[in-house]
Amino acid sequence: MDTRVTMDIDGSPGTAEVVFHEHHDYTGGKIGMWLFLFTELLLFGGMFILYAVYRSKHPQEFHQAAMELNTLLGTINTIVLLTSSLTMALSIALLQRGKKWPSLGFLSLTILCALAFLVNKYLEWSAKIHHGIYPDSQELLNFDKGEVLFFGLYYSMTGLHGLHVLVGGIILSVMAYFIAKKPKSRFHFVPDRLKDLQGSKLILASQEGKELWRGATIDESVDQISIIVKKPATEKYLDRRNIGKLENSGLYWHLVDVIWIFLFPLFYLIT
Amino acid sequence: MGSGAIVEEQGPTVSSFLEYRGRFSGIFGWIFSTDHKRIGILYLFSLMTFFIVGVGIGVLMRLEHLTTGQTIMDPQTYNSFFTLHGVIMIFLFIIPGIPAAFGNFIMPIQIGAEDVAFPRINLFSWYLYISGAILALVTLFIGGVADTGWTFYAPYSIRTNTNVSLTLMAAFLLGFSSILTGLNFITTIHRLRAPRMGWFNMPLFVWALYATAWIQVLATPIIGITAVLVILERLLGIGIFDPMKGGDPILFQHLFWIYSHPAVYIMILPAMGVISEVIPTFARRTIFGYKFIAYSSIAIAGVGSLVWGHHMYVSGQSYTANVVFSLLTFLVAIPSAIKVFNWVSTLYKGSIDLSAPMLYALAFIFLFSIGGLTGVMLGALAVNVHVHDTYFVVAHFHYVMFGGTGFGFFAALHYWLPKMTGKMYDEKIAKIAWLLMVVGFNGFYFPMLLLGYQGMPRRYYDHLPQFHDGHVIATVGSWILVAGVFLMFWNLARALFKGKRTSRNPWGGTTLEWQVPSPPPLLNFVHEPEIRKDPYGHTGNDGH
Repeated sequence: MDTRVTMDIDGSPGTAEVVFHEHHDYTGGKIGMWLFLFTELLLFGGMFILYAVYRSKHPQEFHQAAMELNTLLGTINTIVLLTSSLTMALSIALLQRGKKWPSLGFLSLTILCALAFLVNKYLEWSAKIHHGIYPDSQELLNFDKGEVLFFGLYYSMTGLHGLHVLVGGIILSVMAYFIAKKPKSRFHFVPDRLKDLQGSKLILASQEGKELWRGATIDESVDQISIIVKKPATEKYLDRRNIGKLENSGLYWHLVDVIWIFLFPLFYLIT
Repeated sequence: MGSGAIVEEQGPTVSSFLEYRGRFSGIFGWIFSTDHKRIGILYLFSLMTFFIVGVGIGVLMRLEHLTTGQTIMDPQTYNSFFTLHGVIMIFLFIIPGIPAAFGNFIMPIQIGAEDVAFPRINLFSWYLYISGAILALVTLFIGGVADTGWTFYAPYSIRTNTNVSLTLMAAFLLGFSSILTGLNFITTIHRLRAPRMGWFNMPLFVWALYATAWIQVLATPIIGITAVLVILERLLGIGIFDPMKGGDPILFQHLFWIYSHPAVYIMILPAMGVISEVIPTFARRTIFGYKFIAYSSIAIAGVGSLVWGHHMYVSGQSYTANVVFSLLTFLVAIPSAIKVFNWVSTLYKGSIDLSAPMLYALAFIFLFSIGGLTGVMLGALAVNVHVHDTYFVVAHFHYVMFGGTGFGFFAALHYWLPKMTGKMYDEKIAKIAWLLMVVGFNGFYFPMLLLGYQGMPRRYYDHLPQFHDGHVIATVGSWILVAGVFLMFWNLARALFKGKRTSRNPWGGTTLEWQVPSPPPLLNFVHEPEIRKDPYGHTGNDGH
């Protein structure tokens, strides 16, 4: 995005034009995000490999242990996450169309789903721990080795996934704040250009040249000029960069969802 | 733009990135700066600091072997020392090494960009690096330094009372830092190349970094999850790697090497990139077989990701797996050999200038060839069973990593430090340091190859009398080597304060970083750079 600002140089005829170049690469952001998603997939991939190996070693014990899990709570959580993916997609689609407040509404619903998921997970884990089934517990160590491994994997995989839900919820909350606040643009001068402007003043003028505002003289003590433009937070003034950011946050959220789609059958359904 | 305009020096009006005063001053002007050049220098100084610490620990370990029996430290200290030496050298020095320091500084300039794609993530990755470094060093004071070796093999890493969890946490953070650097570089190389800078107009250093970045992104998460699982094992006892609870320690080894073998290519590929820059500059002719070198970087990254099982020939994996991994290990030697042949062919009929960077590059070719060929020996099943876990492996690894990447790093220091600081070091002292290092290095590690072949096991604080002579020679070699290292650092440090100002292009280099002033201005390019079809095409007009 290029922004042109014309400057009157005091005492000399004519204006100096300064072009502010704001670097914003939408495609670059997407490439970066997808690369990050690859790393997340591989992170979980390591655990899925362990699951595959141990399941093939202990099919019977995995079958037994999976019966202990509460399929109802698992199903509820699956529905919650699938719904959250829908609200996430709606939030993005609305922001792309410039509908700021409806977009924020669906984003808040997504965040609520994340919370609901975590509360549900807490209830599920508490019940298990209450029954004495947690890593290294006396109860669990009496089980067969395959079942010990099943619950070891269960706690570490759903735990790591839960952590990702938490992080996702935080990211989405930060995005909600970014979208809600006034769009602000900030420009900085580099000193090389500043030297040319020493002794002059910064003036805000209308198209017809009418002076609207006049700043102090730029002397030697000034080593940098920042221009901050704040626009009112209306639907018309939308920080377009937030669209790309929300899309990337959405990609992360869908990834968290997809990982659960694999965890759910592997732990709850295959018994 | 004609080449005449390139030769003329920049006017005095452009201040360098070192003189630029931003929002913050003093140290904050550095640690809050998202300028790729400043971040590169932050990395350079922090990782050289850790390198010196690692060298110190290494020299002390060698001193322990000067006599039989206990010389200066007890066995437990020795175990902690080789772990700390490995962790510092691998995670804090050699993995970030060339990409984070020289890649950050030089790569964006070489492709005609003003910065990397994500400058703030770049700074964040340095913060992660420093946090990881602090965690790793905190174990010196809290809970005892890990004594598992840098490989953290289960089940010992689950049982030992030393502070393995904190060290693994450090490895996790450093891995994350490495991932972010890789992610940043891939995006930068895809998106920020100057117009007309096609893939095959890129310098080979950029190709090497590109291949490295993919390994960083795709392999590092595996060590991340492995570290997390061992930490969970120690804290909660989940049982996944614990044979008492049904877990399989061999799976730990698999996961560990799925990352850690490709990681050695993270370490060596950027150094190969440096050599591909230095050789054509000082042979005054274009590189031989540009595309072969570019593609061989990608081939090393690809095949190198599939050879991890050669660390586990004697761990009890299946014979079929052993044979397959052995075959793949032989295959991965081919692209490395292609590079060596191409560098040597570049020298043929070149007008060779034996300046310091060139000497370091030539030492790289010699030492890396010894390291690479002993690596092929180790890839052979029968030989491997004989020399597994002996000094032969240690010597091979140091020939590749120190003789290869280390000397590549030193070549890069001597090649690019004048560009980064605008100051030239004393050439004569640089050459004396080089000679000391080459002599000391071979005096140190060649006896270790022989000792290993005779059966000296690695990671023992003591040795049998029949190995004594070799140990004494190696220890004396380590003194000569370390004298060379310190002479080199002293020479470069002195250049920062007393060095003569250098010109824009002191070596007659042809890539874009030699078209900008030394040190470069804040926004790298004042004039639009001239992009040549052949990045190493010498025109006879390169201002040397």
